[in-house]
Amino acid sequence: MLVALALPAGPLAAQRTLRVCADPNNLPFSSRRLDGFENRIAVVVARELGARVAYVWWPQRRGFLRSTLDAGRCDVVIGTSAELDAVLATRPYYRSTYVFVTRADARPVRSFGDSSLRARRIGVHFTGAGGNPPPAEALARHGLAENLVGFSIYGDYREPHPPARLIDAVTSGEVDVAVAWGPLAGYFAQPGRARTALRLVPVPATDESPGLPMTFAIAMGVRRGDTALRDELQRALDRRAPEIRAILERFGVPLVDDPPRGATR
Amino acid sequence: MEMCGGLVAPAVLTGRVTARAAALLAVALSGCSRGDGTAGSVTEQAARVAAPASVSGIPAARATIMLPPGADSGEWTIAPRDYGSTRYSPLGQITTANVARLRLAWTFSTGVLRGHEAAPIVADGAMYVVTPFPNLLYALDVATGAQRWKYDPGASRASQGVACCDVVNRGAAYAEGRVFFNTLDVHTVAVDARTGKEIWKTKLGEINRGESMTMAPLVADGRVYVGNSGGEFGVRGWIAALDVRTGKVVWRAYHTGPDADVLIGSRFRPFYKADRTKDLGLKTWPAEQWKTGGGAVWGWISYDPELGAIYYGTSNPGVWNPAVRPGDNKWASSIFARDARTGEALWAYQPTPHDQHDYDEVNESLLLDLDIGGQWRSVIVRPGRNGFMYVLDRRTGEVLSAKPYGLVNWATGVDLETGRPTIVPEKETGNRLARNVCPAAPGLKDWQPSAFSPRTGLLYLPHNHLCMDYEGGQAGYIAGTPYVGAQVKMYAGPGGHRGVFSAWDPAGQRSVWEIKEKFPVWSGTVVTAGDVAFYGTMDRWFKAVDARTGKPLWQFQTGSGIIGQPVTYLGPDGRQYVAILSGVGGWAGAAALGILPEVDPYIALGFANAMKDLPDHTPEGGMLYVFALDTAGGPSATAP
Repeated sequence: MLVALALPAGPLAAQRTLRVCADPNNLPFSSRRLDGFENRIAVVVARELGARVAYVWWPQRRGFLRSTLDAGRCDVVIGTSAELDAVLATRPYYRSTYVFVTRADARPVRSFGDSSLRARRIGVHFTGAGGNPPPAEALARHGLAENLVGFSIYGDYREPHPPARLIDAVTSGEVDVAVAWGPLAGYFAQPGRARTALRLVPVPATDESPGLPMTFAIAMGVRRGDTALRDELQRALDRRAPEIRAILERFGVPLVDDPPRGATR
Repeated sequence: MEMCGGLVAPAVLTGRVTARAAALLAVALSGCSRGDGTAGSVTEQAARVAAPASVSGIPAARATIMLPPGADSGEWTIAPRDYGSTRYSPLGQITTANVARLRLAWTFSTGVLRGHEAAPIVADGAMYVVTPFPNLLYALDVATGAQRWKYDPGASRASQGVACCDVVNRGAAYAEGRVFFNTLDVHTVAVDARTGKEIWKTKLGEINRGESMTMAPLVADGRVYVGNSGGEFGVRGWIAALDVRTGKVVWRAYHTGPDADVLIGSRFRPFYKADRTKDLGLKTWPAEQWKTGGGAVWGWISYDPELGAIYYGTSNPGVWNPAVRPGDNKWASSIFARDARTGEALWAYQPTPHDQHDYDEVNESLLLDLDIGGQWRSVIVRPGRNGFMYVLDRRTGEVLSAKPYGLVNWATGVDLETGRPTIVPEKETGNRLARNVCPAAPGLKDWQPSAFSPRTGLLYLPHNHLCMDYEGGQAGYIAGTPYVGAQVKMYAGPGGHRGVFSAWDPAGQRSVWEIKEKFPVWSGTVVTAGDVAFYGTMDRWFKAVDARTGKPLWQFQTGSGIIGQPVTYLGPDGRQYVAILSGVGGWAGAAALGILPEVDPYIALGFANAMKDLPDHTPEGGMLYVFALDTAGGPSATAP
């Protein structure tokens, strides 16, 4: 899995290398073909640093940080939770939200309180015992555990971008609704990419409860203690913010504003 | 009774030797002695045994020691040594009087750094050691330690990503000139014991569905019994029986889903009425969830040749947090009795319905006979992960008693009318905030197997002394879905120690003595006819104690912490040896050695908190240690 790929990035490329830890099979985030939005953002940031990009590929599952960042094989994870203790994070460069995904020809869902959910099969990801995506927990609290259909976030790694099976399940009718993380849903619902037209509705702020946020801020992460690189990346993110935002929009990432200060999150 | 050469002896080998039993003993042994001096000394030793485990001075607990056919009493052919999982050895050269003279005989480096939980297997003059991933199998000359061959199954590197708790393996099994073991990437392999050549290799599951294998197979009556791991990854748990000769699956039973899949049919007679409803593997789950409901089989299997039944337990339910899976979640965290030949379920019992604390039920089943109210009952004794010592009727699954064998506060007891625990509401984790829950997620005892001596009538328990706090709202992230988990913080129970090695009287249902240890006692144990019990600690000590008093007799400092299983055997020179793998890791050790699975706070933050100081005491590194008395004691192998 350890394959480094060097990308020439201009005349300064020989000077410096930005070693990125990434999943080779996880669109829309990253791919070995470099067509994920994190791949694009890596190039933008590296150019600002006068560096070329080299990748250390590793599936995003247990052992990812241990085998990549913490093992010193690479220096930055392009997308991670800004609240993750396991890394030293920059300030968030985007915030996205969980969304309801339905076929465009079906009745849309706008809240966990929607009474039509009782009669629908609801797809959600599972990450493994000990953690749930917040929508799973929220649906259970609404008495909808009976309606849940779980999809492994790890999936079958032999297939392309396995987390996308959740979106495929809406297209195929295997589930009536999915509650999926915005960047994944936004990309695979784009016209021309989805076989059937899909509708996305962000989970409303009124559906959040303490300990169960539906929006998350995403930042870059470096090894704990690597303050110098974190600060460099922060400057690059600040300077290239419009370019990065344009990439996220092009990939269909549903962007939400930071919550006002004093809010639950 | 040792069962040799296919002979099933009806007598009971115990301190309580009657004239009838002694006569049968002599008959049985004459059928299987291999000239190692065992037969002559067995009855002699047995006759002068008196054990103080009960008021009368006669043990009220005994065991029929059932060795696999063909196994010699000086060998150790399956990880639990005998079908009843007593891990008792009748070898008696090493005694409480001379164990202080135990010295290193030879060592062997496995070349692997991760947690070494396996029991070395001894058969036909060789020792077979299986390592953690990459699951190398070594054959060593049992006399000299010389390497005979090495077999590499070529296990997929990706399988490391679906191992919840370090990439451990709990050992191989030997039968009919073959060595059987499981690989992390879900294969069972049969290797020619003489040549190291692969005979068959059967793929039983799919790492891409989160499955892995870590358990030691049980081989009995022409079949290899194996099961999967992966309750943390949304697998559907199963047990399978493979043909020893071909590796073909003879039967496979799942632990969730419709009765047909669980092999619940007309012969199913659970003791408790509520368990007699049809399709509980479906009905006790929200609609779809049984498909990813866990109930894996990564622990121990016992076998009763007389009843033709196997006994084992299943892992925690998955894959969601408890709030998302209302219901009993059968048959996760349950105990099964099955027809060994057909796999049909005979009875089942769920000690922990709707598990909220990660209380798997995979621990060992000791097949013992207990004097209960003046009547000898054939029972299963199970030191449960949930902290209760279950005594079940082997034929019916009735819970005869369930006493806590350490600090337990999540339930006040077990209702023997219904078999259900009486749960303390404020210790429920569905509330997302629960403090001071005991035992912690690894249980009062995890997989680390106990041993039983028919001489003392006591059970020897390596176990944990940990409690935990649950707090909700810990953010985690996987590209594709951010998630929120409980932050589990484990810490030492009252007194500040984190492990205990204790002796338990299963008939009197009381602790007899206990030794406090700094870290969880994550190793197995063995007890011998010399009344010596062996175990290892995570801070690198291999220890021998007096089985009757718990008095420390001898210790040796190994290179890395010990989480392996000790075994004892008779060398070709007629001397008794003791072997143990060191090499810290496992769930308990991984958390502290920089190999923790960081995306799962349930596991990483939980145990890591309790084990922060482990790296101050031990590095990683797999090494086998073999010990013998410093002067030849002469071939005087004995049984009680």
